[in-house]
Amino acid sequence: MQHSKQFQDIFADPKAYARRWKEKTGGKVIGTLCSYAPEELILAGGALGFRIVGGSGSISKADAHLQSYSCSLVRGALEDALNEQLDFLGGAIFPHTCDSIQRLSDIWRMNAETGFHLDVVLPVKLNTQSARNYMAAVMRKARTDLEAVLDKIITDDDLQKAIGTYNGIRSAMKRLYTLRRDRPGTIDGSDVHAIVRASMVMDRNDFLNSLTQVVESLEQQPEPESKTGKRIFFSGGVCNLPDVYSVIESAGGTVVGDDLCTGFRGLTGLIDIGGDPMDAIADRYARRAICPAKHSGITRRGDDLVRLAKETRAQGVIFLFLKFCDPHAFDYPYLKSMLDAEGIPSLLLELEEQIPSEGQFRTRCEAFMEML
Amino acid sequence: MNNPDKPIDPEREKRKIKSVKRMKDIMTHYYIDAKTTDQTGKKVAWITSGGPVEPLIAMDVIPVYPENHGAMIGAAKMGVDLCEKAEEMGYSSDLCSYARADIACATVNGGPIGGLPRPDMLVCCNNICGTVLKWYEVQARYFKVPLFILDTPFNHTEYTKEAYAYVRAQLNEYIAFLETHCRKQFDFDRLAEVGRLSMAGQRLWQQVLDTAVHRPAPMSAFDAFFHLALIVTLRGTRTVVDYYTELLDEMKTRVATGIAVVPGEKYRLLWDNLPVWFRTRWLSDKFAAHAACLVADTYTSSWCGTLKYLDENDFFGSMAEGYSRVYINIGTDQMAGMVMDMVDKYSADGLVIHSNRSCKPYSLGQYDIQRIVQEKRGIPSLVIEADMTDARNFSESQIDTRIDAFMEVLKS
Ligand code: SF4
Ligand code: SF4
Repeated sequence: MQHSKQFQDIFADPKAYARRWKEKTGGKVIGTLCSYAPEELILAGGALGFRIVGGSGSISKADAHLQSYSCSLVRGALEDALNEQLDFLGGAIFPHTCDSIQRLSDIWRMNAETGFHLDVVLPVKLNTQSARNYMAAVMRKARTDLEAVLDKIITDDDLQKAIGTYNGIRSAMKRLYTLRRDRPGTIDGSDVHAIVRASMVMDRNDFLNSLTQVVESLEQQPEPESKTGKRIFFSGGVCNLPDVYSVIESAGGTVVGDDLCTGFRGLTGLIDIGGDPMDAIADRYARRAICPAKHSGITRRGDDLVRLAKETRAQGVIFLFLKFCDPHAFDYPYLKSMLDAEGIPSLLLELEEQIPSEGQFRTRCEAFMEML
Repeated sequence: MNNPDKPIDPEREKRKIKSVKRMKDIMTHYYIDAKTTDQTGKKVAWITSGGPVEPLIAMDVIPVYPENHGAMIGAAKMGVDLCEKAEEMGYSSDLCSYARADIACATVNGGPIGGLPRPDMLVCCNNICGTVLKWYEVQARYFKVPLFILDTPFNHTEYTKEAYAYVRAQLNEYIAFLETHCRKQFDFDRLAEVGRLSMAGQRLWQQVLDTAVHRPAPMSAFDAFFHLALIVTLRGTRTVVDYYTELLDEMKTRVATGIAVVPGEKYRLLWDNLPVWFRTRWLSDKFAAHAACLVADTYTSSWCGTLKYLDENDFFGSMAEGYSRVYINIGTDQMAGMVMDMVDKYSADGLVIHSNRSCKPYSLGQYDIQRIVQEKRGIPSLVIEADMTDARNFSESQIDTRIDAFMEVLKS
């Protein structure tokens, strides 16, 4: 699709984009490891948040620090950091998430040369008042810490502007996802994926402008030939594999929604405006779609998944996890049984760095589509 | 067991720790109590190994530890079966084997003691890992009982005042949770007393472990793995204090009379990570054959490692810090520092690192700890790839060869 060319370009080489951005603006690029990174603060501080979702090649240096039973995201990210692939970073921010990222932060801090290192130790529990208070306190601390490393005061005004941008992005992404749900032929899965990935790297104000244009033009397009593919919902974690979409599509499926970590999960929830900006930011973090490494009741993810699968009228759900990802692997059996109870079939695809064997992957997808 | 074909070796008899029997009795009684609550009307709470047990004791709730149960399953070599069962239920074989074994066991009441008693409530403290959060969510859905989570933020480089305030507030919520589900008022005086006993137990446990600074050591980490069960499960009771007092006496006597746990002890090693429960005997014999004694470990000392943060006069208030700053809830570099302190304290000649596939928060970072200890203390180290409960992740021949090679390095 022509509109998404610039997103595809960034997605193809996000590092080159970040380098150019840095050269052009003289600003700092900050690597982030999770969708709970305090993006609004980074933007308000005039820096560029750069989400790290894995490595770019084979692993050698990281093997000296990480056992083979850590996920490919953690290993790949460290490999890039040790290999000077991330030398454009002015710093890195580690929100607290899973056990593997928790230790990656320590190992990174001790070994990588990527500028400053900030840990944002968020609460794991999100559904109590004391957790919300702590969330807000942690965000305030992150603001002060960022001010120190960026040598810049982050004013409430800066914050309000950043909130405006992020609310804009999240609203526009919601429209894009609605389009994809209601008119699945309008945009390819891999284009949506490229847009989501660009949202984690691109200058956020530029991104908002481009995204808005794309969404508006898509909305005005005449209804496409209705796609006959089986409606598929993706559930799971980090997925930096565009091929997944083409495999699904050539197997006769159309992706109509997702709750992926590198998908819609981080883009949910708007920030209230008008009140104290820090409280409002913290509040959204507690309300947005939850990551399995966090707790907000014992069936929250299952309830959300069933609701989304129904809303998107999904005929089947495909779970996509990285091998060795504990939080997702723990949730899988109950999520599957909640879907079973609703008569929604599902398929689990555990991914390594690369699709393990394209052939096998394709066969499984095709078999699943046929079953639907 | 008395094997008539095998004459009793008086040397070996002399080295046996006599308290073992009493310990077994205490644990048997404890599990009988926990499994007969339908007669006593007591409530049972399942709690994580690093969790705040003292308020439960003060409330007369019987704490039960799935991780201790996991260790028993491992020692009884029943881990593989249960783990496979969990895998059939859809749980990935890459998940913590304690969690897998426990989740499966709950559905079949299997394992060495026919399963744990059904919980009335669940208390999960994530100071050891994120795994327990997911695991307890599974059990809360399965048993349909209330779940309390004590969220203890990780301390990468600092212990923050924000984290303190958060955990402190949650302690109040914990008490309210207990009052609701036990339908009675919480007695803070009672907690103060339990807290004193808990701290006394921890101090004694540390003293027991400290006896291994003597050369030759009267006990090894393998003994500590066994005697650990009490400080984990019955912390805060008089039983623990009495038992460790006796054990300490026995250790002191052994020191005074020169009884070594490893005859002819020549090499002193430090063990890192959980035990390999289904192979403790084999490993212990293997090292002993090289005249090597594992004099200390980072695991068993975790249950007395935060005494410095606890306050006898304000036990409740100090629990926030005590439970937040435990060994694996801190940065890898701080852990390396503690390993080096132990190397110095116990005069260790080498480090044996169990890279435990099950436990990511304990194991990831070990290579850096190994490097730091090697750089700063110049002692050799060995990495053993294994798992605490799942015997499928243990290659005996490979480990056998590696231990031999490592001991050659130490001897040269
Ligand atoms: S994929 Fe899973 S294990 Fe890996 S970093 Fe993400 S949450 Fe952690
Ligand atoms: S072994 Fe590790 S991952 Fe498993 S429960 Fe214990 S601390 Fe958690």
